[in-house]
Amino acid sequence: MMLGYALVLPSLLVFGTFIFYPFVKNFWLALYRTPPFPNLPRSWVGLSQYRSVLTSQLFTNSFRVTVEFVVLTVPLGIALGLALAVLAHQRLRGISVFRTIFSSTVVTSVAVASLISLTLLNPQIGLLNYWLGRTGSLSPLDDPKWALVAVAGVTIWQNLGLSFIIMSAGLQAVPDDLLEAARVDGAGTWSRFRNVTLPMLSPTLFFATIVGSILAFHSFGQIDLLTQGGPADHTNVLVYAIYKTVFQENNDGKAAVLAIALFAITLVLTMVQLRLLERRVSYER
Amino acid sequence: MARVAFDHVTKRFGDVVAVDDLTLEIADKEFLVLLGPSGCGKSTALRMIAGLDDPTEGTISIGDEIVNDVEPRDRDVAMVFQTYALYPHMTVRRNVEFPLKSRNVPHEERTRLVEDAAETLGLTDLLDRKPAQLSGGQRQRVALARAIVRRPQAFLMDEPLSNLDAKLRVQTRADLIELQAQLQTTVVYVTHDQVEAMTMGNRIAIIAKGALQQVGPPQDVYERPANLFVAGFIGTPPMNIIGAKVVQEADGLAVSVPGARVPLPAELAHAVAARNLEKVAVGVRPEHLLLAPDGFVPATVTVVESLGHERNIACRLDDGTLVITRQDMDDPRPTVGETLRLTTEPEFLHVFDADTGERVDAP
Repeated sequence: MMLGYALVLPSLLVFGTFIFYPFVKNFWLALYRTPPFPNLPRSWVGLSQYRSVLTSQLFTNSFRVTVEFVVLTVPLGIALGLALAVLAHQRLRGISVFRTIFSSTVVTSVAVASLISLTLLNPQIGLLNYWLGRTGSLSPLDDPKWALVAVAGVTIWQNLGLSFIIMSAGLQAVPDDLLEAARVDGAGTWSRFRNVTLPMLSPTLFFATIVGSILAFHSFGQIDLLTQGGPADHTNVLVYAIYKTVFQENNDGKAAVLAIALFAITLVLTMVQLRLLERRVSYER
Repeated sequence: MARVAFDHVTKRFGDVVAVDDLTLEIADKEFLVLLGPSGCGKSTALRMIAGLDDPTEGTISIGDEIVNDVEPRDRDVAMVFQTYALYPHMTVRRNVEFPLKSRNVPHEERTRLVEDAAETLGLTDLLDRKPAQLSGGQRQRVALARAIVRRPQAFLMDEPLSNLDAKLRVQTRADLIELQAQLQTTVVYVTHDQVEAMTMGNRIAIIAKGALQQVGPPQDVYERPANLFVAGFIGTPPMNIIGAKVVQEADGLAVSVPGARVPLPAELAHAVAARNLEKVAVGVRPEHLLLAPDGFVPATVTVVESLGHERNIACRLDDGTLVITRQDMDDPRPTVGETLRLTTEPEFLHVFDADTGERVDAP
């Protein structure tokens, strides 16, 4: 008994220090208003801070931007990953080279991906900017209309490797004899994909949607490196808003409420996933 | 309803020859069993009829048409897979309907055909269930229903009974024979189980290492196996094979087996002489090897197995060759270690060329 506790003690300490304590402290912080100047006492405001923050323009804007960001990145990212996976699943000579290329962005860090995109989208020398016919004018990253789309594009590209790998694994789990049965039954390529592959992939697609959404809600690195939430808060997603509130405004009470809102969103998504997994989206054979 | 024919078909996967120069014609409405051990190429042969594998050489025809370049969907054959390959996300009804839907059969006709097939196979009450809710036997019947629903020219079955328990297998075997008689369709049936082959096929084609060994009605194959492989593969327990030398006796040829000399009947002696053989392999089925006090071959009992209605007695000859003989339960049970004498009638001898394995009196 004692040995058991002794064995989990190291991880308990690490988790306690970096996860459990900050988690609880965050709820406590949310109940106090941060003083306008450092070293003044905090004032207890109870739950009223929730109302003021959650109805603030900062939160509603960030929430909307984040949801837009999720909607832009997740479905397209999965669809592209699936398309590449289907291509790479063909039995062709040299296909493993393409598999490696397709999955390569998994080992690309957010920082590297962002720097490459910054160069490609540079107003003066950016190749992509040139192809988009925008040489000499604003980079899409600085254009209020296109900034979020541009960041979403970079994110999709950066996550494509992971999406490709997940979809490839899903495709490999589709039994060959089902596809062969469908061939003999008279189904063409598209019908086999729609009637056999896609339904058999539904657990994978569902998993990728939920996990992808959670990851997208937590995006930070590419925003920080590409736009810093701008122009004019057009890419100010929730995590970035939290970051700015803490480190630029020094308002940890307000940031705590934003963080709790993000926690609630993640919790709901996780619960949806667990609930549906229980109901088995997967198929027993 | 059509004939299916292989004409010098070879299939290679890289360096591996899965099917080696197979020529075989399956008549219209025939129930032909492709029999062989695992990995012998029988499933590959079946998959080539379906169009799931392409022959490397040779042609395959269905009816009068060469189908090498015809897509599986246009070959008008149906296949039952070993795993049944039911679509797990579809109900039984949608599973059975799928081949019709793929061929754009109108809705009303589809419903009628699905219900007909379901009735034939006793699935009417299960139409709205999903495969996961069915027993193994029921799933197998759904796979059959999906195959018969569009009345294909030929049914291809790849070990359809191997996932059923022993009792259900016997029942389903009978059901399949009845179904084929009722539908009057060509069936090509792959199995490694020689009992299935013996009981179900109009003819059996035995395949080993990709090559056709013998084809013929089950009883013919049993009574006159074309080579040592077939002799050892068909029959449980398998045929006893004893190495022997050919010797000249005063009254004709004989074979010298451990501990005795057995004269050959005239016809066999003639065949052996014609091939000028010195060494042969002599085969005797267990039911033809008898225990007799005046038997000419001595043997030591090693194992006695009681099967309830009869016994299998395993013995070793003087040179260590293992032979198995059968005995009625009424006869006195031999004890292990006891030395018995074995005998047989000359007409039950099978003689094979010891080098090539071929039957010496093959036509």
